Amino acid sequence: MLTKRIIPCLDVRDGRVVKGTKFKDIKDVDDPVRLAKRYSDEGADELVFYDITASYEERDIFLNIVERVAQHVNIPFTIGGGIRTVDDFRKILLAGADKVSINSAAVTNPDVITDAAKRFGSQCVVLSIDAKENAAGTFDVFIKGGRENTSIDAVEWAKRGQELGAGEICMNSMDTDGVKDGFNIKLLKALDEVLTIPVIASGGAGTMQHFADAFLRGNADAALAASVFHYDEIPIMQLKRFLQEQNIEMRL
Amino acid sequence: MIGIIDYDIGNLANVHNAIAALGYQSIISPDKDVLKNCDALILPGVGAFEDGIAALKNRELIAFLDDWVKKDNFLLGICLGMQLLFDKSYENGVWSGLGYLPGDIMRFETELKVPHMGWNSLIKNRDDRIIDDIQEGEYVYFVHSYYAVEKNATDVVFYTEYGIRFPAVVRRGNVIGMQFHPEKSAATGKKLLKNYLEMTI
Repeated sequence: MLTKRIIPCLDVRDGRVVKGTKFKDIKDVDDPVRLAKRYSDEGADELVFYDITASYEERDIFLNIVERVAQHVNIPFTIGGGIRTVDDFRKILLAGADKVSINSAAVTNPDVITDAAKRFGSQCVVLSIDAKENAAGTFDVFIKGGRENTSIDAVEWAKRGQELGAGEICMNSMDTDGVKDGFNIKLLKALDEVLTIPVIASGGAGTMQHFADAFLRGNADAALAASVFHYDEIPIMQLKRFLQEQNIEMRL
Repeated sequence: MIGIIDYDIGNLANVHNAIAALGYQSIISPDKDVLKNCDALILPGVGAFEDGIAALKNRELIAFLDDWVKKDNFLLGICLGMQLLFDKSYENGVWSGLGYLPGDIMRFETELKVPHMGWNSLIKNRDDRIIDDIQEGEYVYFVHSYYAVEKNATDVVFYTEYGIRFPAVVRRGNVIGMQFHPEKSAATGKKLLKNYLEMTI
């Protein structure tokens, strides 16, 4: 049977893995290649790296990290952060990544999803969405690292992304990100009703039960988290055993 | 020396990296004169069937591969590379494949999500040297929307189930195919690639 996936997420800045809370208060954590290898050995199903480097010159440092990860890790990994063009996709895929995740740039230029999917295949195009609940109880898409509200409906945008050619949706709930109160089940359920491509739940993991809820109640295909793994609060193998005991298919 | 066939369709570096990690040498090349001197070949690939066959044709690799296989040399197709080994595909039209394995490539018609993306388990159909040391139930990493429908069950070594049962590892003579990505399938994928390298070198 197809398993649900556990995905540690690594934010990389200036060549180091860092972790912030609610997009602020950035702390240094580890070397990206070393941490990636450790997670892979511990049973992570996939990895995601976000380049949160601000300046353009430092992009080359990041590409070098992608190459090193590809040499040392034999599980799939996704690269995101600052992806704008089909050429950005090409560079990252050539460096050895399996998928590329696009966020803000897809909102301003949705064609890039279609172009990248045609050129490299839908399987490597991940549409990443930062979403926040509004007063009406629906979800708005935010761009530019969560700084700008587009007022676009997040569930509609995910559906449109699928139609444009995205192979997977990574939905990051800004309401729950970094506060360890659980994944946003309401948002995941809404996505499950309209999407036929896999959904990665992101934002809010604090306990092992939160992961079970994302899979059993939110019907997510994968769950992504950072700090609970970086700070050893939840060992990956222990989490996967816990989930399997609740009859969630896991690769053990 | 393992030859990785470069026909501009998908990521070849990861197959090269995985072989290097096992202590073997490989060369990525589109050139028949380089490939013909290799001990065994790997045909990787992601993307559309139509593009894959067109790319092989443009590089005049089809006649070369026909000859390679006729002489009983080893060829391993991975993902799209495996699908290309079959007779034909129904991916957005009807396209002729290389025809080394009898059978067709069909789209998943299922209530389940497509693409079939993630880790799924292997179900044994028969023994083969290519799966030495691998147990039924081990997991490998898949990403695909189309699957092979084999004509001969004896060509299938491992199946996988996703709505229906489809071939995950096939072998007919020295032509081998893997629908998943062994280079991305952690320890199990490593063992499969190691078996292939040991068999062929």
